[in-house]
Amino acid sequence: MNSINLIDVRLILPELILGATVLLLFVGDILLPAPEKKKTWLTLLAVLGVVGAAIASVDLLSLMIAYHKGATAVFSGQLAIDPLGALFKVVFAAITVVAICTSLLSDELPDKHMGEYYALLLSICLGMFFMAGANDLLMVYLALELVSIVSFAMSGYRTHDRRSSEAALKYVIYGGAASGAMLFGISLLYGAFGVTELTAINQAMGLWAQTDAAHLGTMSKLFPLTLLCAVTLIFVGIGYKIAIVPFHMWSPDVYEGAPTPFTGFLSVGPKAAGFALLIRFFIGVFVPAGNGPGFLTDTHGIMPFTVDIPLNAVLGILAAVTMTVGNLAAIPQNNVKRMLAYSSIAHAGYVLMGFVVLSSASIQAVVLYLIIYFVMNIGAFTIVQAVRDQTGGELLSDFRGLGQRAPWLAVAMVVFLLSLTGIPPFAGFIGKFYLFAAVVQRNEFWYWVLAVIGVINSAISLYYYMKVARSMFLTPPLDETPIKAGWGYNALALVLVIPIFVVGLYWTPITRSVEASLMLYRSPAATTPVAKQP
Amino acid sequence: MAFDTYLLTLMTFIPALGALAILGLRALEPVVNRSHTRMTPVAYRWVAIISAALPLIFSVRLFSRNFWQGVGGFDPTGGVQFVHRFVWIKEFNIEYFMGVDGISVSMVILTALISFIAVLASGSIKKKQVGYYSLFLLLETGMMGTFCALDMFLFYVFWEVMLLPMYFLIGIWGGPRKEYAAIKFFLYTLAGSVLMLLAIIALYYVSRPMAGISLALVDGTPTEHTFNLLKLAELGQAGLFAGAAPILGFAFTKVIFIGLFIGFAIKVPMFPFHTWLPDAHVEAPTPISVILAGVLLKMGTYGMLRFNWSILPDATKWAAYGVAVFGTINVVYAAFVCMAQKDLKKLIAYSSVSHMGFVLLGMAACTPQAISGAVFQMWGHGIVSPMLFLIAGVIYERAHTRDIEGFGGLASFMPEYAGLTGFAFFASLGLPGLVGFVGEAMVFIGSWGAPAPMGTGYRTLVAISALSVVITAAYYLWTMQRMFLGRFNEKWKDLHNSLTLTERLTLYPLAVLILYFGIYPMPIFELINPALHLLARIVVGTPSA
Repeated sequence: MNSINLIDVRLILPELILGATVLLLFVGDILLPAPEKKKTWLTLLAVLGVVGAAIASVDLLSLMIAYHKGATAVFSGQLAIDPLGALFKVVFAAITVVAICTSLLSDELPDKHMGEYYALLLSICLGMFFMAGANDLLMVYLALELVSIVSFAMSGYRTHDRRSSEAALKYVIYGGAASGAMLFGISLLYGAFGVTELTAINQAMGLWAQTDAAHLGTMSKLFPLTLLCAVTLIFVGIGYKIAIVPFHMWSPDVYEGAPTPFTGFLSVGPKAAGFALLIRFFIGVFVPAGNGPGFLTDTHGIMPFTVDIPLNAVLGILAAVTMTVGNLAAIPQNNVKRMLAYSSIAHAGYVLMGFVVLSSASIQAVVLYLIIYFVMNIGAFTIVQAVRDQTGGELLSDFRGLGQRAPWLAVAMVVFLLSLTGIPPFAGFIGKFYLFAAVVQRNEFWYWVLAVIGVINSAISLYYYMKVARSMFLTPPLDETPIKAGWGYNALALVLVIPIFVVGLYWTPITRSVEASLMLYRSPAATTPVAKQP
Repeated sequence: MAFDTYLLTLMTFIPALGALAILGLRALEPVVNRSHTRMTPVAYRWVAIISAALPLIFSVRLFSRNFWQGVGGFDPTGGVQFVHRFVWIKEFNIEYFMGVDGISVSMVILTALISFIAVLASGSIKKKQVGYYSLFLLLETGMMGTFCALDMFLFYVFWEVMLLPMYFLIGIWGGPRKEYAAIKFFLYTLAGSVLMLLAIIALYYVSRPMAGISLALVDGTPTEHTFNLLKLAELGQAGLFAGAAPILGFAFTKVIFIGLFIGFAIKVPMFPFHTWLPDAHVEAPTPISVILAGVLLKMGTYGMLRFNWSILPDATKWAAYGVAVFGTINVVYAAFVCMAQKDLKKLIAYSSVSHMGFVLLGMAACTPQAISGAVFQMWGHGIVSPMLFLIAGVIYERAHTRDIEGFGGLASFMPEYAGLTGFAFFASLGLPGLVGFVGEAMVFIGSWGAPAPMGTGYRTLVAISALSVVITAAYYLWTMQRMFLGRFNEKWKDLHNSLTLTERLTLYPLAVLILYFGIYPMPIFELINPALHLLARIVVGTPSA
C-alpha cells in the first residue's frame, strides 16, 4: 500500500462530508441574502453535515464488519478506521450538534457571521474526527493543530470583548509552546526508529526490547532516556489538549473569556478528542501488538523498556495532582464558568486515573466516562449560558434565587452538578463507579492510594458544586422577576437531563457499545499489515 | 402470593410515585385554577399523607406473624422473605434485590411509621409546599430502599439518594444556620460513603465462588463476583475475605471493615464523627429532625450489622472492643454535653448521640441479649426521639425560641404539654415500664456477660455507661425543672396553651407505642431474635482477624 489507493477515499467519507459542509457554509454565508432566513438555513446545513458525517461513520463500520474486517488503516497507515474511532466520531458529532444548538440560542454571538462561526466549529469537529483516527505521528500532529488553531480563533470570536481577546492570546501562546514541544518529541521518536506510523514504531520498539543489550552497546543506556524525553514531550502536547496539570494554566482564562457556547464545546469536545488520541498514541506505541486485544486481558502489557521508567507512576501522579489542584482551585471561584473550568480539569484527572490502569476495564471506563461527562458538562454550561443571557452575568450571585425565578433550569442545573459530583442515580455516578472499579480491581498499593485520593476529591468537589445549588435554592433572590429563558433552553436542558437519568438507571446498552467498540481495537486479525518505509 | 413479592417494592416506591404525583398536580395547577375551583396547597399535603400512609399500612403485614386468619406475615425463623428480585445490570452482576430478614424488619416498620408521623407533623410547613412534600417523599423512598436492599450496589444507590432531599429539606426549610448545617451534613455523609464505595468495589472483586457456595444471578447465570449481600455474608463467614490479599499492607478484612465502618459511623453518629448532628438536627424543621433522629441514625448501625458484622465477622471481632469503647464515649461524653445545653433541641440532639452509644456497645458485646437489646434500642430510640423532637417543635412553634432558661412554670399553663414532655423525658432516660428502659437494660445485661473472645473489660464499660444514666436523668429532670416548674414567666402568657389536633395526632400514638413496647416488648424481640442470635453466634465463633 505504498501508493494512495482510491478505495481509501471511500473510507474517509465522514471527513469528506464534514469538509464539504465547511466549504458550503463559507459559500452560503456569502451567497445567501436575508439575515433571518440565512441563519436558519446555515444552522440546518451545519446540523445536516454533522449528522451526515456521524451516519457515514456508522455506515462505514457496518460495511467493514460485513467484509469481516474490524479495522483498517488508510492512506499509508495515516488514519485508522475502526469501531473505536467510529464510536468517538459519533460522540464528537453529538457534541457538535449540541454546540450548534447552544450557539443558535446564544446572545453572545453576532448573528451576522453565523456561517463563518459554524464553519469554524465544524472544522474543529473535522480535526477531532482525524484525532480519533490518527495512526501516524504526522496525523497526530496535524489533527491536533487543526483543532488548536481553529480553537484560538473561536476563543477570540467576540472581537470587541477584552476578555475574549485575552483568552485567545493566552490560548495561542500556550498552544504554540505545547505544540512546539510535541513536535520536538515527535522528531525524537522519528529519529529513534525512522518511522512515523504508530504500529511501525510499536514493532520497532518491540524488536529493540527483544534484542540483547550487548548488541547495542552504550546505545542501550541512552536509548530509554531518549524515549522518555520523546514521550514526555509528546505528552505535553496531548496534556495541554486535555488540560492536565501542569499544562492546564490556559484553561480557566480561556473558558471564562470565550463565548459560552464555545466554552461548553471546548470543555468536552477537544478534551474527549485528546483522550482518544492518548489512547491511540499510548496504547498504539507502548503496548506490544502481539497482545492483540491483549491489552484488554493482560494488565501489565507495557513495553519492557518502561520497567526502568515507570510511565504508569508518572501518569498516576499527574492524575492525582490534576484532580486535587482542579478541585481545590474550584472552591474559591465566584464565577461559575471559571469554576466549571477548574472542575473540568479535575474531571480530566479522574479520567487519567482510569487510563493509568491500562486494563480492558479501565479503557472501557475511560470511554464511558468521556461520553457521560460530555452530556453532564455541556448541560451545566447550557444552564450557565441561559442564566448569562437573561441576567447578564455568570457569577454565583447571578444564580441567586434561580430556583424561584426559573425552577426548571435550576432543577436541571442541580441534576447536572450532582451528576458531575457522582451521586446516584445520575449517570455521572455510573461513570465514576466504572473508573474506581477499574482502579480497585488492580488491587495494588499505589492504585489503592490513587483510588482513595480520587474518592476524597469527589467529596471535595461536592462543596463547590453545591455552592451553586445553594445560590439557586437556599438564598433569596436579589431580583424576584421570573426569568423567561425561552423554550429553546428549556427543551435543550430536558434533552440533556433525560440521558443523565436513563443512563443512571440502566446503562447496559451504552457499556455494551463501548465494549464492542474496544473488542476489535488492535486485535491482530483486524490490523492491516502496513509496509515499512525504507 | 404475588402481592408479597411486590410488597417491599411498593413500600419503597409509592412515596416516590407520590412525589411525582405532587409535581404533576403542580403542573396542572394553572389549568385547575382557570376552571374557577382554586386548588389549595392542602391537596399536596393530602397526596403526601396518603403516599406515606400506604407503606405504613403495608408494613402491618410484616409486623405480625399471624396477622389475619391464615395469612402469615413475616416469619422470624424463615430467613429472607418478601423477596423481589431481578437482574438489573447483567455486565456487572448487579441485581434489583429487595427482601427483609430479622436484621432489617424492625427498621422497615420503623421507617414507615416515623415517615407517616413526620408527614402529619409537617402541617407547620407553609413555605414552598410542593418542593417540601416531593423531597420528603423522595427521602422516604431512599430510607425504605436502604433497609430493604440486599444487593450492595442497590443499597449504595438508595443510601446516596437520601442525601440530596435531606440537603434541601434542611437547607431550604431550616433554621437560621440552615445553609451551614445542610452542607455540613452532605459533606460528612458523602465523605463517609465514598470510602464505603471503595470498600464495596473491593468486596465485589474479591468475592468468588467457593466450595459449597455457588454464585449466580437470579436468572441462573453463574457469576464470578457478586454484589449479593447474603452471598457475601456466606462467603465472609466461610473465611473467604479473611484469606484475601492485603490492601496497602494491612489485612484485607481490617481495611474493608474500617472503610465501611467510617461510612456508617458518620451516620450513627459515633464520636468523633458526630459534629454534623447537632447542627443538622437543630437547624432542620421539626418533621425533618424527627426523620433524622428516628430513622437516619439507625441506618448507620443497621449498615454495620448488615455489612461489617455479617460479611466481616473476623474483623468485627478484632474491632469489637474498640467499637464498645467508642460507644461508651458516645454515651458518657454526649450526656455531659447535654448538661451544658441551653437550647432544648440541641439537648435532644445530643441525647440521641448518647443513646446511639448504647447500640454500639450492645452490638460490640455480641451476646444474644446485647445484640437484640441493641436493635431494640434502635427501635425504642426510633420512637422516643421523634416524640422528643415533636415536643421541641410544639414549644418552638408557639414561642419561637427553644431557650430552656427562658421558660418556667409552664406546667400549670400548659398541663397537657407538660405531661407529654415528662412522659417522653422519662421514656428517654430509661424509666422502667417505658420503651427506653428495655433496650438499655438488655444492652447492659448482655454486655456484662460479653464472651471473652470479644475482648475483656466490658464490665467496666457497662459500669461507666450505666452510671451515665444518672447524668441522663439529671439533664432531663433539670430541664423539666427549668421549663415547667418554678415561677411562670409572664412573657408567655399569650401563648396558645392547648395542643392542636395535628400535634395530638402525632404525639399520642407515639406515647401509646412507647408505653406498649415498654411493658410488652416481645413483638419486636420475636421478629428480630432468631436472625440476630444467629449473627451473634457466628461473630463469636469466628477466629479474630
